Amino acid sequence: MSKTRVVVTGLGATTPLGGDVPTTWEALLAGKSGVRTLTEEWAQEASVQFAARVAVEPSEVMERVEMRRLDRSEQFALIAAREAWKDAGSPDVDKTRLGVVVASGIGGVITLLDQYDILKTKGARSVSPHTVPMLMPNGPSANVGLELQAKAGVHTPVSACASGAEAIGYAMEMIRTGRADIVVTGGVEAAIHALPMAGFASMKALSTRNDDPTKASRPYDKDRDGFVLGEGGGVVVLESLEHAQKRGAKIYAELAGQGLTSDGYHIAAPDPEGTGVTRAVKFALEDSGVNLSEVVHLNAHATSTPAGDVAEANALGAALGEHISHVAVSATKSMTGHLLGGAGAIESIFCVLALHHRMAPPTINIENLDEAVTVDVVRDKPRALPAGPIVALNDSFGFGGHNVVLVFKSFEA
Amino acid sequence: MSVTQAEVLAGVKDIVVEVAGIDPTTIEMEKRFNEDLEVDSLSMVEVIVAAEEKFGVKIPDEEVTKMTTVADAVNFIVSAAK
Repeated sequence: MSKTRVVVTGLGATTPLGGDVPTTWEALLAGKSGVRTLTEEWAQEASVQFAARVAVEPSEVMERVEMRRLDRSEQFALIAAREAWKDAGSPDVDKTRLGVVVASGIGGVITLLDQYDILKTKGARSVSPHTVPMLMPNGPSANVGLELQAKAGVHTPVSACASGAEAIGYAMEMIRTGRADIVVTGGVEAAIHALPMAGFASMKALSTRNDDPTKASRPYDKDRDGFVLGEGGGVVVLESLEHAQKRGAKIYAELAGQGLTSDGYHIAAPDPEGTGVTRAVKFALEDSGVNLSEVVHLNAHATSTPAGDVAEANALGAALGEHISHVAVSATKSMTGHLLGGAGAIESIFCVLALHHRMAPPTINIENLDEAVTVDVVRDKPRALPAGPIVALNDSFGFGGHNVVLVFKSFEA
Repeated sequence: MSVTQAEVLAGVKDIVVEVAGIDPTTIEMEKRFNEDLEVDSLSMVEVIVAAEEKFGVKIPDEEVTKMTTVADAVNFIVSAAK
């Protein structure tokens, strides 16, 4: 039986590079860094004093009263969802056929910590009644669902840094299995706060390049020393091809399939053999039914950690064989930082736009390419992608050993 | 501490504007928090906690459940602050 085809008809984002998708994409192609020194008091004593904050504060585009009832992660989700929904033409859809799947890696951690401070200083009665709806990890999805009155199902897969990609894959399955005609989906993260940063720093996961923040996120470079925490998120509108064509929607690309595996190896370290990743890529190609020869681009997970980047590159080589030399690999975290649960979502948007504009974004900050990296990295400047049917992969991995690979395809009717 | 009804109404108005973000001129004694002022049950908790702080009174939960209108809240605070 042939699978229901799923297409992308709307895009929305708020990222360290821009407050919306067009601004983000432009900055991405220009090779700009969204990483900055943090000015907060707590950061002055922290071992890592920089991060990639969103370029446009939610307060610039959101009413004050709405903001105070929403965790920052929920604010990002609504901002991105509103842009995506509008971009899709605010489709007229049966609400019982509309779903929402928006993920986050950590949930409302800033609310949790702020309210704990209030509990300690002012007592239990002063804790906000909005605390629980703001800190629950399904909060971003729930708020988008409420705004759009989605009634087919509102879900939140959580798998650390693979959450955003897992959400999009889940959304695709909702359409494939006939539960929904349209699903609004993506991932967000708002965790730039003293505690999560101290936790990541304590694991030695973060770059400590305090003297040169914009050069700190440097996937595949010999001197990479960890990832840079970013915040923001991305949301896409997925739709069954039939529904999109019936309403004459603009179609950016097709989401052709996904591959999901787990490492069963370590809570935080990547499996150096990378067999979980290799299997996920193979499953994704099988599920999507694309020809390997059509795969021309890959947005890598590549977070700029010493172990992760090479393990991933090796696994990709094992999965794609000789064809890997024909795949333009971009590590966009070099510019956006690592958005954790938002990463797989914004990088899916980058894949969609790469197919749509036939242009692979660059990877910045590679001064000396690590010899152990054998993939063809798009460095410094964007690279044109060929005409005809083409495919882009987005891989995402999360602490816990979660592997998600999404397959996007240029749209051919 | 003794306060007048007008003083308490002005204070409650400020709090409702902060919590619900609505036009202060629409806040009158006979308005109902939930139906007229978009103060739902969660936001009502915020209003009460802020009012307790502002007027130095204690508003027991069983009183809160009886407060339908702005007048209910204002009158209770005025009597409690005497």
